[in-house]
Amino acid sequence: MRLRTSATLAIEATDLTLAYQQRPVLWDVDLEVPQGVLMAIVGPNGAGKTTLLRAVLGLLKPAAGEVRVFGRPYAEQRRLVAYVPQRGSVDWDFPTTALDIVTMGTYGGLGWVRRPGVSERSRATAALAQVGMQDYADRQISQLSGGQQQRVFLARALVQDAQIYLMDEPFQGVDATTERAIVDLLRTLRADGKTVVAVHHDLQTVVDYFDQVTLLNVRRIDAGSVEDVFTDENLRLTYGGRVAGIGGRGNGRASDLSA
Amino acid sequence: MDVLSDLVFDYTLRTVALGSAALGIVSGALGAFAVLRRQALLGDAMSHAALPGVALAFLITGSRAPLVLMIGAALTGWLAAVAIVGVVRASRVKTDTAMALMLSVFFGAGLVVLTFIQRQPAAGKAGLDKFLFGQAAAMLESDVITMASVGAVGLLGVLVLWKEFKLLSFDPDFAATLGMPTRRLDVLLTSLLVIAIVVGLKTVGVVLMSAMVVAPGAAARQWTNRLGVMVTLSALLGAAAGVLGALVSTAAETSTGPTIVLVATAFVVASLLFAPARGLVWARLRGWRSQRLLALEAVMADLAALAAQHSTDATRPHDVAALHALRGRAIVESALSELAADGLAQRHVSGGWSLTPRGLAEADRLARLRRAPDDV
Repeated sequence: MRLRTSATLAIEATDLTLAYQQRPVLWDVDLEVPQGVLMAIVGPNGAGKTTLLRAVLGLLKPAAGEVRVFGRPYAEQRRLVAYVPQRGSVDWDFPTTALDIVTMGTYGGLGWVRRPGVSERSRATAALAQVGMQDYADRQISQLSGGQQQRVFLARALVQDAQIYLMDEPFQGVDATTERAIVDLLRTLRADGKTVVAVHHDLQTVVDYFDQVTLLNVRRIDAGSVEDVFTDENLRLTYGGRVAGIGGRGNGRASDLSA
Repeated sequence: MDVLSDLVFDYTLRTVALGSAALGIVSGALGAFAVLRRQALLGDAMSHAALPGVALAFLITGSRAPLVLMIGAALTGWLAAVAIVGVVRASRVKTDTAMALMLSVFFGAGLVVLTFIQRQPAAGKAGLDKFLFGQAAAMLESDVITMASVGAVGLLGVLVLWKEFKLLSFDPDFAATLGMPTRRLDVLLTSLLVIAIVVGLKTVGVVLMSAMVVAPGAAARQWTNRLGVMVTLSALLGAAAGVLGALVSTAAETSTGPTIVLVATAFVVASLLFAPARGLVWARLRGWRSQRLLALEAVMADLAALAAQHSTDATRPHDVAALHALRGRAIVESALSELAADGLAQRHVSGGWSLTPRGLAEADRLARLRRAPDDV
């Protein structure tokens, strides 16, 4: 199977609709991500941000809609997409080391039965170094701080050597060092022509960290470049008026999130 | 030594030991995954649900061959697992409720069929009730061969799909994004757990078999932070509990299931208390030691503060009654005598206390250390 990367859009999801027990979580949402951008998905709690990522990844089956990656169905292109789940989605008391977790990123390329060997482990070591965690390779994962655990997850995605990185709240509850490391990493990825889509909560940093944004509240409110889309008016639409003049562009940048 | 020589030369004992070792290895290894995947209660439900399978298999085939009964047990055990997942997915009933429900329904059905069989005049009926609490003494060589071969299938599955099962246990969503068929792997690993359960049913019994699934894994987790070591150790602990329990129950003519479970539980208790990194005893000792050090430090700081009020003579004796009131008499007195033993404090003829010059220097060093914690 030849994986294509030539089409214009890295991710093109159309008309995604998904409901839990009659309650719509995503309603007719389009997600268009050009190649080589850093895109934030922004919206209030319960807006369906995580659901959108999981639907794109095929972890949830939408009632309607389809997902294309570089112009072809996700299932055919899955090797081009790496996933960084929320840190809290796993049990960190699992008996293993940081290096072993990162090595899991190579499993997709190994196929059935084959075990990771020297080359997989050295790739994993290199990825750990890329996130500044080389000294923690043999550390039991429960002994890592939250920020270090997040970096281990990022390293696991790096090992996948994908074109697209989907991250669920990579900045959640991390220390300043890790936040810096992640921002640097995102820029490196962009410089290499990779595409990043991240669920993001901190409205203050959207403008600094990302160049595209999708505003989501069950429906897609707006999407596009941060300059055009991240406006006070759009944020009010997204957060239902509960946001008092925050970091949006247009009416000047303000500083307070009252929601 | 008699028991040891019996173990080698006595046919019954040797059979019992081999069979129990086989069941312990299989349930220990697969149980480790069940523990990590929080499926301990699922194991309990499945083992109880195996009872109607045993009874029905006998009723339908009229055979008491171990393989026939095991297949029956596996089928209803597996069916219960499917029913639990199905109920949770289709309704708003929560997992624990669904498990409790299926456990009692299947177990109840098993008891009903069992009493029905008991009333039949058929000659072969005797012995099925042994499946409740298990019986090691009646184990035959053919039982052992069946247990070992069925168990080997389970172990082989874990070995072949090691990395798949590891990732499934740690992060099933990530496994799915890699293209692994997580639903099918989940069913497969649960089915292997069913195998581990039915292997031990006749020996340990349906009521307590879940302990053989959970206890070795829970104990092994305390000793290591590596999955491979944990699974291996869990298998070994399972084997040890199986053999010890079966031998004791055979010698003492007690029910095998409860005896094995008591041994396995002893392993868990010992591991919880004494495992090097996670043991509660060491944690308590560490806590106690650091508290004592803090008390020493505090008393030194107090004495240093008193000395600072009399800058002319730093080693002038002070009355420690104020310290008693502040920190408690026993704590202060034991701290003082320890400081004196280390040459850091001294008792004067007047009954008062002061730091020695060395104690003053040490107090000063500690005070600096506390003020400027190393910023890394």
